[in-house]
Amino acid sequence: MTHSSSFVDAKQKRTDTRGYTGTLAISRFRAPVPLLEIRRVTRRFGDFVAVDDVSIAVEPGEFFTLLGPSGCGKTTLLRMIAGFDMPDEGQILLDGKDLADTPPERRPVHTVFQSYALFPHMTVAQNVAFPLRMAGRPAQEVARRTQEELDIVHLSDKAGAYPHELSGGQKQRVALARGLVNRPRLLLLDEPLGALDAKLRVEMQLELTMLQKNLGITFIFVTHAQYEALALSDRIAVMNSGRVEQLDTPDHIYGSPRNRFVADFIGKINLYNCSVIATSSESLRLSVAGLGEVWAPPHADVPAGTAGTFALRPEHARIVPRSQNPLMKNHLFGRVREFFYVGDVTTYVIDLDSGVRFQALLANSAPGRAKFFELGDEVAVEWPNEAGMFLSR
Amino acid sequence: MNWEWQFFLRDIGDGETTYLDWMISAWGWTLAVAGCAWVVALLFGSIIGTLRTVPNRWLAGAANAWVELFRNIPLLVQIFLWYFVVPTLVPPLQQVPSFIMVVLGLGFFTSARVAEQVRAGIQSLSRGQRNAGLALGLTLPQTYRFVLLPMAFRIVLPPLTSEAMNIIKNSSVAFAVSISELTMFAMQAQEETSRGIEVYLAVTSLYIVSTMVVNRALAYVETRVRVPGYVGGGK
Ligand SMILES: Nc1ncnc2c1ncn2[C@@H]1O[C@H](COP(=O)(O)OP(=O)(O)OP(=O)(O)O)[C@@H](O)[C@H]1O
Ligand SMILES: [Mg+2]
Repeated sequence: MTHSSSFVDAKQKRTDTRGYTGTLAISRFRAPVPLLEIRRVTRRFGDFVAVDDVSIAVEPGEFFTLLGPSGCGKTTLLRMIAGFDMPDEGQILLDGKDLADTPPERRPVHTVFQSYALFPHMTVAQNVAFPLRMAGRPAQEVARRTQEELDIVHLSDKAGAYPHELSGGQKQRVALARGLVNRPRLLLLDEPLGALDAKLRVEMQLELTMLQKNLGITFIFVTHAQYEALALSDRIAVMNSGRVEQLDTPDHIYGSPRNRFVADFIGKINLYNCSVIATSSESLRLSVAGLGEVWAPPHADVPAGTAGTFALRPEHARIVPRSQNPLMKNHLFGRVREFFYVGDVTTYVIDLDSGVRFQALLANSAPGRAKFFELGDEVAVEWPNEAGMFLSR
Repeated sequence: MNWEWQFFLRDIGDGETTYLDWMISAWGWTLAVAGCAWVVALLFGSIIGTLRTVPNRWLAGAANAWVELFRNIPLLVQIFLWYFVVPTLVPPLQQVPSFIMVVLGLGFFTSARVAEQVRAGIQSLSRGQRNAGLALGLTLPQTYRFVLLPMAFRIVLPPLTSEAMNIIKNSSVAFAVSISELTMFAMQAQEETSRGIEVYLAVTSLYIVSTMVVNRALAYVETRVRVPGYVGGGK
């Protein structure tokens, strides 16, 4: 299979799974037992709760991501899945069977460690070939598969080098190749792309998704890079202080964050304290600190008076010159205080007349056009009712 | 000072052996005791040192006990224990030649020191190494054999070199159980010829030559197995 066609393939399958349609999605998500089930797992270190009552079910073939800030318990959870650490409470099941009595080496699970853990006395090629050799594969197959794997991670020219002669990014790729080489059923990847430069990182992301879909290996991928998580995953568990805040598909995580933490952690967003003024079946009327009265989509079970957070993605707001009449019910006036040009888009920071900050994002879709507004420009911002979100604190 | 080296060519009284012959044969005994004891020390030291790092509490405890036992009794006392005490407790051992008893005594004594080095070597490797082996599906013994020990032995080669040199020097205790090695030769030849200075100078040079050869040989091994680019202590 060529690279381009397999990539299309991978993308195709991904859209399927997210939309829950198509035969693939059915075979994948109607499996009677999940591949891996984490049931109410808690892990404490002294008084500190590193993993707090976490429940996750990972389906076969899924690209599942654990996303969260540093120290939120991602590695601790992976270590328990791999068998290097045991939960204080709860169970971890593989194919429906409790893993409590299965030592790490007997679990069909491989780990690509955050710290690489390459074997220093073996060359790059020997490191990659090692799992195959230990599994007693014939020499020819070992050589062929090792070469394939080195090609995938672009390290064929370093085959004879030792780990200490490699850069961080190169070590990371060796670790990746070593983890994949004998096709485990479940691969745990602890920030496997963290040390790569931006370009190589994107390239490896692509290779990873392709590989994952082509080989049918289930991935549990740990990262604190939100865009990477959104781009690669079938589903994401957003973690915070040992808890899962939201477990959902990327579009739901981004588009319908469950609470303020998730909204704030994933992507850029405007967040303001607010309280509910009135609620109806069509809309929610909110009183928002610094914005005044705004309308948001209806929300189940929030009686008038409920305090919460009003959230609005910068790309959902429109900026127009102040002189031009805003068309939407939700609009406010201010002036451009700052802008950040990043090529494809420009983010404008606007000081509203009430004194609060507001961010809006415009795509630089016209060629040669880097920005639409200058510092100090008097502007209006507006957004449709559906764009706003009411979140619990 | 007036040197007199001729006596080395003199007959020791049996009509065919010279003092030089005797000294060469004594050197042979020294090397035999040291060499055999080193094999014992390396074998037991590696096993015991490895066991001290395994997750099984009983095995690790037994290995620790071994090290404490053999490290805390003076070498000469251990040799006497092997020679006089052990055979009375285990009668079949009375038939065993004293050479074997000395090799075991010196070997076990040194094994405790080797075990200590091997343990330190294994523990200096990052924890990730063991986990990486297990995570790739290796059994614990495979992880030791292919991942941990190859690196650990590279790291402890310098301290093992000095243990190997020590065992040559320590082999002199064999005189205490009447093995005709270099120290024994020195004492007897000195008495018979009254040429103590020459005898001890000759014997000293043979000890020095032996330890230097061991030192150079192991230094060569060290350069051969060095991992390119590896500067110790890294992960
Ligand atoms: N063995 C341990 N003993 C005590 N505390 C620990 C131990 N292992 C982890 N912790 C604590 O548990 C918390 C979670 O650690 P963990 O390594 O799982 O974080 P993480 O989400 O992987 O972070 P990062 O993104 O920085 O790798 C941290 O606060 C850490 O200090
Ligand atoms: Mg971590």
